[in-house]
Amino acid sequence: MAGHFLAQAGIKVLMLEAGPFFDPAKDSLQFKWPWESPRRGASTVRPFGDFDAAYGGWEIDGEPYTRKNNTEFDWFRSRMLGGKTNHWGRISLRMGPDDFRPKDGLTEDWPFTYDDIKPYYDKVDRLIGIYGTVEGIESEPDGIFMTPPKPRLPELFIKRSAAKVGVPVIPGRGSVITEPLAGNKDRQPCYYCGQCSRSCKTYGDFSASSCLVIPAIKTGNLEVITNAMVREILTDKNGQATGVSYINKDDLQEYQVSAKTVVLGASACESARILLNSKSASHPNGLANNSGVVGKYLHDSTGSSLSGFLPQLMDRKRFNEDGAGSIHIYSPWWLDNKKLDFPRGYHIEFGGGMRMPSYGFESGIHRLNGKVPGRDGKPKQAGGFGASLKDDYRRFYGTRVGMAGRGTAIARKENYCEIDPNVVDKFGIPVLRFHYTWSNEEVKQAKHMQETFQSIMHEMGAIVTSGPHGPENNYGLEAPGRIIHEVGTIRMGDDPKKSALNKWCQAHDCKNLFVVDAAPFVQQGDKNATWTILALSLRTAEYILEQRKKFNV
Amino acid sequence: MNRRESLKAIGLTAVSAGVLLEACKTDDKKTTAGAATTADESNAGREAFEVERNKKLKEERFFTDHEMLTITVLADIIIPKDEKSGSASDAKVPEFIEFIVKDIPSHQVPMRGGLRWLDTQCMNRYNNAFKDATAAQQLEMVNDIAWPEKVKPGMEQGVAFFNRMRDLTASGFFTSEMGVKDLGYAGNMPNKWEGVPEDVLKQYGLENV
Repeated sequence: MAGHFLAQAGIKVLMLEAGPFFDPAKDSLQFKWPWESPRRGASTVRPFGDFDAAYGGWEIDGEPYTRKNNTEFDWFRSRMLGGKTNHWGRISLRMGPDDFRPKDGLTEDWPFTYDDIKPYYDKVDRLIGIYGTVEGIESEPDGIFMTPPKPRLPELFIKRSAAKVGVPVIPGRGSVITEPLAGNKDRQPCYYCGQCSRSCKTYGDFSASSCLVIPAIKTGNLEVITNAMVREILTDKNGQATGVSYINKDDLQEYQVSAKTVVLGASACESARILLNSKSASHPNGLANNSGVVGKYLHDSTGSSLSGFLPQLMDRKRFNEDGAGSIHIYSPWWLDNKKLDFPRGYHIEFGGGMRMPSYGFESGIHRLNGKVPGRDGKPKQAGGFGASLKDDYRRFYGTRVGMAGRGTAIARKENYCEIDPNVVDKFGIPVLRFHYTWSNEEVKQAKHMQETFQSIMHEMGAIVTSGPHGPENNYGLEAPGRIIHEVGTIRMGDDPKKSALNKWCQAHDCKNLFVVDAAPFVQQGDKNATWTILALSLRTAEYILEQRKKFNV
Repeated sequence: MNRRESLKAIGLTAVSAGVLLEACKTDDKKTTAGAATTADESNAGREAFEVERNKKLKEERFFTDHEMLTITVLADIIIPKDEKSGSASDAKVPEFIEFIVKDIPSHQVPMRGGLRWLDTQCMNRYNNAFKDATAAQQLEMVNDIAWPEKVKPGMEQGVAFFNRMRDLTASGFFTSEMGVKDLGYAGNMPNKWEGVPEDVLKQYGLENV
């Protein structure tokens, strides 16, 4: 976003990308059929399936990371132009007033309020496009919305039953354009193939590649160097940033580029890694790290889920139910914490429908087909084979429902990434070592999620197929990192002793260094990080432009 | 499925299995010849290591002829031809299983071991490997391992193997062109989503939700 804004404003920008160039128009696997993959879409090579857009994953050959004291953290890296935005769920939620200025005193204030950031959320809405509905919920601020997609059939059952058990459900909010975007001729409105995770060839969804970087290249002001793995940021004897040192992955040679201003947007953990590896006489603790907070306060959203099927949907009529590739319905956090045994909250993402079959299709049917009577109304034995089994697959198709909670994890100093003193990657760059544990707050939240999901499933008459989730597995709470909302590793604040960046995401210790990914987050709400990253990045880019006019950076 | 239909399905399979392997070889040649000219287009968006990995896996061979024939018989017992679509082997499910066990090696030991378990059972019972047993014997054997909730003592390993075989067969069949058509999946094309059709809303009483 910062590169896009500055290039549009006439500033010469050089972008270093650790992976290859990716243009969804050419490189997306949209509209491929399952049989066009020899593994039928299985996630052997790409963690979210063979057609998913992300290059990279939890493990990358030659680029390890480690964990301290047997704690857990899984680090997803997408090495490609546009990174993780090429495959994400496009769920685009604003953080609310209390997220920036929490009233419970549990976590620290952001160095600005919702009202300060609101104009930037508005600009992002207009520039990129988002669907949703105006609801007037204070903790879930409205944006400038296009028409959202209507619910799919299983989602209507969810909506009706959730309401009955006191869980409000509203239309989803997704960065997919459902109408022409004013002033933009490069992007075609959504035609509902449901494949945003593959990235849209006609740019109907938001990917940073298609919507920001590629248009910025067209201005002639932005140049991208791909396969450039950044080793460190270079500084002069006064501690000012002078440029960047990187390894060209193609020829394995070291290169240096110089710049008046350095803007870091490598993703929260990678940006922290680069700063910690940028040690010099004037920055012995790593760059921008006089406070010692770089790498600390790492937090990822909590996640727990439940799936099942709706027997009343057996033998359902066929129609094209792909819909949009982002959520159609969701539940914003709806309860009062004063009555609960955990702080903050979570939202629920729902799904279901007649989706494109892929590897794992109706896997484990022997656990399902004995739970419902056959076509003749008589009880059936579980498992089986032959014509009757073949018919069961048809009968069960499209009956599945799923729900997943995404909640606030508290930012804690004790959860961090640091440089592993003993390990380097294949480029010789010291790697990250993670230390992360969940606390009771997160576990209790996951328990509450499961109770909520169970009550909705029960009300619908659904048969639950996942779990059971109990205290033995932290109520299905995913390991830290699995939700891929990791933030907070180069946090901002007014006090240079307690933060690395000021309120403009500018390093306290290095005035011509800025960070524009999720690392500056003080405390993430239950909302997905992307819309806030974009708003913050745009705000920082405007500030950089202003400061350049004043010759400050 | 009644007994007579099952027998019919197996009978068809026994004939087609040998033909299948021959057909498979011819197909390979075609694919190799075609790949040289279309490689660029079909590999767009793929990282180089992915293309290499797929090529390598396709060149390797995991299952023996004997195992492939056994898999073919089993797959067609699980998903036979019916009035709506063809059988598992018509949809090239055995070839898919050959690929997927190389792609996901955790399938290899349970599959190889499961096939051997099955043959041992059949040798003891019928003095023949599974594939060489009569159709009626094959069906009798499968009936002993196809119903997880009424499994007889000593048959548990067979049930675990058959569950895996059933899952892999379904994955292979319903992700094939034939299987997708059979299911009636109607998407993967540009369209206008305007919500659930009126008649369907009415069917479930969801008009006002």
